[in-house]
Amino acid sequence: MTEPLLSIRHLSKHFPVDTDLLGRTTSVLKAVDDLSLDIYPGETFGLVGESGCGKTTVGKMLVNLYRPTSGEILYGGRDLAKLTTSERRAYHREIQLIFQDPYSSLNPRMTVGDIVSEPIRVNRLLPPDKVDDRVSYLLNCVGLSANCKNRYAHEFSGGQRQRIGIARALAMEPKLIVCDEPVSALDVSIQAQVLNLLSDLSDQFGLTYLFIAHGLNVVKHVSDRVGVMYLGRLVEVAEKRELYRNPVHPYTKALLSAIPVTNPAHRRERILLEGTVASPIDPPPGCRFCSRCYAKPEGAGGCDSEMPELVEVSPGHFVSCHLFAAEEGDQEMRALHEEAR
Amino acid sequence: MAEPDPLTPPSDSLIADEAMALGEALPVVSALGVDETFYEKADNRWLEMWRSMVANKAALVSMFFIVFLAIVAIVGPYVTPYNPIETNMSNALKAPSAAHWFGTDQLGMDVFSRVVVGTRVSLTVGLLAVSIALTIGIALGAVSGYAGGRTDTIVMRLMDMMLAVPSILLAITLMAALGKGIDKAVVAIGLVSIPEYARLVRGQILSIKQNDYVAAARLAGNSDFRIIFRHVLPVAMSVIIVRATLGISAAILDTAALGFLGMGVQPPQAEWGDMLGRARGFIFQAPHTLLFPGLAITLTVLAFNLVGDGMRDALDPKSRIR
Repeated sequence: MTEPLLSIRHLSKHFPVDTDLLGRTTSVLKAVDDLSLDIYPGETFGLVGESGCGKTTVGKMLVNLYRPTSGEILYGGRDLAKLTTSERRAYHREIQLIFQDPYSSLNPRMTVGDIVSEPIRVNRLLPPDKVDDRVSYLLNCVGLSANCKNRYAHEFSGGQRQRIGIARALAMEPKLIVCDEPVSALDVSIQAQVLNLLSDLSDQFGLTYLFIAHGLNVVKHVSDRVGVMYLGRLVEVAEKRELYRNPVHPYTKALLSAIPVTNPAHRRERILLEGTVASPIDPPPGCRFCSRCYAKPEGAGGCDSEMPELVEVSPGHFVSCHLFAAEEGDQEMRALHEEAR
Repeated sequence: MAEPDPLTPPSDSLIADEAMALGEALPVVSALGVDETFYEKADNRWLEMWRSMVANKAALVSMFFIVFLAIVAIVGPYVTPYNPIETNMSNALKAPSAAHWFGTDQLGMDVFSRVVVGTRVSLTVGLLAVSIALTIGIALGAVSGYAGGRTDTIVMRLMDMMLAVPSILLAITLMAALGKGIDKAVVAIGLVSIPEYARLVRGQILSIKQNDYVAAARLAGNSDFRIIFRHVLPVAMSVIIVRATLGISAAILDTAALGFLGMGVQPPQAEWGDMLGRARGFIFQAPHTLLFPGLAITLTVLAFNLVGDGMRDALDPKSRIR
C-alpha cells in the first residue's frame, strides 16, 4: 500500500480551563486525546462525531491554527513541529482549510477577486499579470462566473460564499484540504451541490480531503474511509462500506441508526442513547463512552476504569472498545492504527 | 439492526440534520424597502450611511457648520477687518458696534478678528492632537489586542494608569515638563488621549479576530502585520472614525482649557481659551469679551459632537434613521 500523505501520531490538544494562583494549570479540557490516523493520497477521509468531540480541533491543528499539546503531525515523513521556516511555508501551501461558516470566513471589506487572489499574491505563486486569469479560472472551477470578481462577499448566498471559500483554498494549489463541516451551514439542496463540487475538484486537481462532519449521512456520500470520534478519541475507523455494513462500536451503531431512511421497508431499530456525554474537562479514566453505553457488560467490567486500545477487528477496520479487545486477545493489540499492508 | 446500504443515492442520505436551514441569504437591502437594483451596484454601506446622515437634521446642520469653520480657518486671517494683535488702549472694552462687531477687549483688540483667527488654532489643534492620539492609540491597541497575553496585559495596565489621572491634570503636568506653547499643547493633549483610542481599538480587534476570515488570512501566508492592516483594522475603521470625530471636540475643549490656564498659545496670538482666560476679570464690565469666544468654543464642540453622534447612528444599522 502507498505511503500515507499525512500521519497523525498520538495527537493531543488540551486547553487549560483553570489555573491556580501561581498560573499552574489545575484542570484541562481534553479536546483531542491521543489520536492517531493516516490519510492516504487521493482519498477522502471522513471524520465524524457529535458537537464538541474535538473534530474541528483536529482540523485546526493540521493547518497549524492550533499548536498540539503533544503528539506528532507527520507530513512527508517530517514532523510539522520540527519543520524549518521555509519547509513550514511549503507545508502551509499544501494543506488548506475550508471553513464551516461561509458568513464569517470571507472579509466583508474585500472583493471576491481580492479574497481569491490574495494567497497567490502573498506567496508570489504567479507573476502579477497572470493572477487575474488564474482567479477567473478558479472561480469558473467552483461554478462562479469570472465577473463576480469586483463584487463583495455580502452580495452572495451561503452556497456561493462557500464556493468562494473553496476557490480561495484552491488558489494555494494544495494537496490536502481539510473541510471543516463545509456544508453544515447550508440549505439541504445546496449541500448536495457543494459536495458534488468537492468531489469533482478532487478528481480535477488530485486533492486529498479530510472531511469533518457531525453526521454520518454527509460523510457517507463523500468518504472513502471514515473515522468516528467521541470525546476527543477515535472510537472506530474503517473503510466506508465496511463501517456502514458492519459497525462494531456501540456508538457507531447508535449513530448509524439515527440516519433516517426513506424506504419504509428498510426501517431499522433506532438505538436511543441514554445518559449524558461525559465532560471533556478532567475526564474519568476508562472508556469515554462508558456513561452512555448500552452494550457494556454487567458491572461495567473494565469499561469505567481502563481506556480501551484501538484494535484491528478485520483488515483495515479498527475499533476502540473493551468488548473487542477481550474477544480478540492481546495479539490484536497492535501499534495504534497501523494499516494492514 | 438493519444494514444501511452504502450505495443509497446522495439525495436520500443528505438529511436536514446537517442543514441549519439558513437558506439562500436574502438581499440585505430588501428589508429596508428601497430600490434594490440601485443598491446592488454601489457599495451600499457608505451610501446608506450618507442617507442616514442627511436624514439626521442636527448632524447635517453641524456638518455645514464645520465646513463653514474650515473655510473661516483657511481664509479668515486674510479677511479680518482689523489686525487681531494690534492694541489700542484708548479703544479698550468697547461694546459691540458697527465698527467692532464683537466689541473690543481689555487691550482694545478687535474681538471679532481674534475669534476668526482663533478658529484656525482650535481646528488645527483638534485635528493634530487627535491624529497623534489615533496613530499611537491604534498601534498600541492593535498590537495589544492582536498579540494578547503578556503584551496585552502590560500595554493595557499602562493605559489604565494614564486613565487613572484626570486627563486635563495629566496634560498640565506634561505641559509643565514640555514648556508653554501651542505646539506643546498639541503634543500634551494628543498623548493624554491615547488610552481611549488604544482601548477602543483593542476591543474591536479582540472581536474581529474571532472571525474565520482572519484565520483564513493566516492560512494564506500573510504576516501578522499584513493581517492587522489589511484584514482587521479596515473592519474596525468605521467605529474608530466616529470616536475620532468626538475626540476632536474633546481636544478643542482641552486646548481651550489649557489656554484659559495660560499654557496654550502665548500672547498676543489669538486663541479662544486664552481669550477667555485673559478677559475673565472683566466679566461684569464687558461680558462680550467672554461671550463671543465662549460661544465659538461651544458651537464648535457641539457641532463635532452632533456629527459624531450622527455618524455613530448611521453606522449602526439598528439605530439608523430611515
